[in-house]
Amino acid sequence: MATIVSKKKACVVNPLKASSPLGAALAYLGVEGSVPLLHGAQGCTSFALVLSVRHFRESIPMQTTAMNEVTAILGGGENLEEALTVIQSRMKPKFIGVASTSLTETKAEDFRGNLKEIRARRSELDKTAVVFASTPDFEGALEDGWARATAAIIESLVQPGPAARTASSRVNVLPGVHLTAGDLDEVRETIEAFGLTPVILPDLSQSLDGHVPDAWIGTSLGGTSVGAIGAMGEATHTIAIGEHMRAPAELLHERTQVPFTVFETLSGLEPTDRLVSLLIRLSGRQAPMSLRRRRSQLVDAMLDGHFSLSGRRVAIAADPDLLTALAHLVTGLGAEVVAAVSSTDRSPALARLPCSEVIVGDLGDLEEAAKEANAELLITNCHGQPAAARLGIPLVRAGFPIVDRVGTSHRTSVGYRGTRSLIFELANEFLSADDDHSSHSSEVRDVHATAHGV
Amino acid sequence: MSNTLKARIAELFDEPGCATNQKKGAKERKDGCKKPLLPGAAAGGCAFDGAKIALQPIADAVHLVHGPAACEGNGWDGRHTPSSGPTLYRLGLTTDLSELDIVMGGAEKRLYKAIKEAVQKHAPAAVFVYSTCVPALIGDDVDAVCRHATAKLGTPVVPVNAPGFAGSKNLGNKLAGEALLDHVIGTIEPDNTTATDVNIIGEYNVAGEFWQVRPLLERAGIRVQACITGDSRYRQIASSHRARVNMMVCSTALINVARKMQDRWGIPYFEGSFYGVENTSTSLRTLASMLVTRGAPEALIAQTEAVISSEEAKAKALLAPYRERLTGKRALLYTGGVKSWSVITSLKELGMEVIATSVRKSTSADKEKALEQLGDESALVDSIPPREMYARLARGDADILLSGGRTQFVALKARVPWLDINQERAHAYSGYEGAVALARAVDLELSNPLWADVRRKAPWEERG
Repeated sequence: MATIVSKKKACVVNPLKASSPLGAALAYLGVEGSVPLLHGAQGCTSFALVLSVRHFRESIPMQTTAMNEVTAILGGGENLEEALTVIQSRMKPKFIGVASTSLTETKAEDFRGNLKEIRARRSELDKTAVVFASTPDFEGALEDGWARATAAIIESLVQPGPAARTASSRVNVLPGVHLTAGDLDEVRETIEAFGLTPVILPDLSQSLDGHVPDAWIGTSLGGTSVGAIGAMGEATHTIAIGEHMRAPAELLHERTQVPFTVFETLSGLEPTDRLVSLLIRLSGRQAPMSLRRRRSQLVDAMLDGHFSLSGRRVAIAADPDLLTALAHLVTGLGAEVVAAVSSTDRSPALARLPCSEVIVGDLGDLEEAAKEANAELLITNCHGQPAAARLGIPLVRAGFPIVDRVGTSHRTSVGYRGTRSLIFELANEFLSADDDHSSHSSEVRDVHATAHGV
Repeated sequence: MSNTLKARIAELFDEPGCATNQKKGAKERKDGCKKPLLPGAAAGGCAFDGAKIALQPIADAVHLVHGPAACEGNGWDGRHTPSSGPTLYRLGLTTDLSELDIVMGGAEKRLYKAIKEAVQKHAPAAVFVYSTCVPALIGDDVDAVCRHATAKLGTPVVPVNAPGFAGSKNLGNKLAGEALLDHVIGTIEPDNTTATDVNIIGEYNVAGEFWQVRPLLERAGIRVQACITGDSRYRQIASSHRARVNMMVCSTALINVARKMQDRWGIPYFEGSFYGVENTSTSLRTLASMLVTRGAPEALIAQTEAVISSEEAKAKALLAPYRERLTGKRALLYTGGVKSWSVITSLKELGMEVIATSVRKSTSADKEKALEQLGDESALVDSIPPREMYARLARGDADILLSGGRTQFVALKARVPWLDINQERAHAYSGYEGAVALARAVDLELSNPLWADVRRKAPWEERG
């Protein structure tokens, strides 16, 4: 159990937070044929766009209502209308996801009312799904925007009412923003191994997984289709991954009665076992051989890797659910989380973290806490690199953004296979660090390892 | 937005130093050059973005963003503008305004506290405070807070009034220049001055490019008082008003600084570039001759010519093998401003053909220079929609695209070579050394064996 500490300071040093509208835009990118539209100044979109392009190493469609000083005061309804029709005529998307920003939220406009009027006036938008989420930058961070946008999609597009679900093989998956395209592939394959068909919302594994289409596509390259979203009420179960996806799962349940399970994390043996148990129950099938082998490989990875993690002092900064996943994984292998920093205080999962306190703060707080606690490893996004260099300890990159590595979309850390990779990565980081400081202590560890028959 | 800021922007649009303005009539000038953005089809950064880009390289200062999370959170430490000393400028500082601060009017108080924390914790040479849309909308008096903080804390606290919704990135560059003119330049007298002191304006030392130029200037006997702002220190800029000549390297960005320094302190300026052998030599020559006109010893010219001839000979020898390999290769240049013409020179020096250059962010002077280089109006293009650019590249109109991160994937998805020449680039391409580095980079990219490999058909696409 962790105490949640909010630092009383006016100046954030090295922000950990990526903004809520950016989270919403990413969620919208997980819908097929989509264009996210941030309702704010051009910079709101430009910063979010540039950062996303650098992280995913992909072209990213993201537009702006281009608010200026006059429209910011008088109201942005006209800008919104013009943006929607311009996007519709130029890019022919199937879906436009609108997210507000702090600029438009400060004026507290009636966005939904505006949208309704626009749709009534503009018949050319009839065939385009338009969804709105309220995501002021001054509230929450990436996870919040992602979850709100997912909820907005569900609210606008999922057909309400309990549908005939008898013998449905469909399973809804609502992944948190911290899951990569690789993670989603892992979840999909695990579900398919039971003869079930996953419908993932949002699905970045189809749109931002890095692939080369045969022609230029101006909208998102793939993702969940608007049709599949509409039919999510026909699924037999909903699996939400990360505490921040609880609200969208509940909303989906409210509208469709589809029962749901929230997995706080899917990184680790125990949570993956729970997922597999659920899939056995839902499908009425036994786990296939391939999955059994993967479980066995994970157990072996844990056995091999724990020597390198045991007793190690780890400092982590991330959005709440990623922090949760990482903290449980490393402590589960005998490491200690000596510094935990969360971008927001908006998750009940924080209080359950396996460390004494969690700071709601920034990377400045992480650096200070890691230094004070003599941390041996930092885990955070790529902005942690200068801190890691100053502290002279390795950095394992996790979260958003990671602009200084390739293959970020395919790094996996969930399920049997993903957890296995993550353990190897962490253990190897410690092994390299030990090589670098080829000191007495590493010899002791080797002896220790030998004594245990490795 | 305050009336002062409105007046300031109107004045900037009326900039007499701007070549575009010089061609306009009085009425057109009054209308300004603000192109209204089209909602749903706008691209590019905001004024705050531009202001931050222009000032962030001041390395011993801290840069504090007064606004909600996104303004700094989504953009901080994104540009590689290295410092040879202090690293304070890389810190991402923000007031991260909450709803409470905004609704209850606590934002100004929070800003003051944040400045105080930053000064106490980091002991910077100065604090630059960037206002953003929300504080501008709720009417925060950032100037007053900064004045108060300067008096109270004994460290210069400079307000940078460039909220994002005021306009484009380019306008933000200029508003940053205004902040320097209002609060920084001329506030400290230099310890010593020489007859060959110059300022280089609009050079941000991206990827360390100014480090390829500074040694050349030193060898020629030209002393850099301040690079505004690449790898600079607050004090250098504060005392830059005693330089003898200003060189402006990014044409449109900080023209107001160059022009007003001329008005206030009589420092003549010229526009030049350090991209390509020819441009570099021309710039060195112009600096030397302008300095001599202003009283520097005549010998400066001979010394500069000596540097030029030895460097040109060296570069020529190094470029020869590349020229052989690259002659006739066709490039599409998609960048902006000064690079729309200065990079053409470099590519032409390699025997390459530039099939088109984008002048969407260039001044009319830039356009003229580009036209001079290419000799064909149709080669000057405005913006190219991604779909069209993809089509052109896919059908083989160009062998390589030189552009920035935004269009990178248009080339890569069309399986066409690409080189980063914009702000996120990792390699430095300026001066003589840089001209060789650019040649090598283009050659490496074009001759990489992967291109043939990735263009092969998949096994299931091959005809039996």
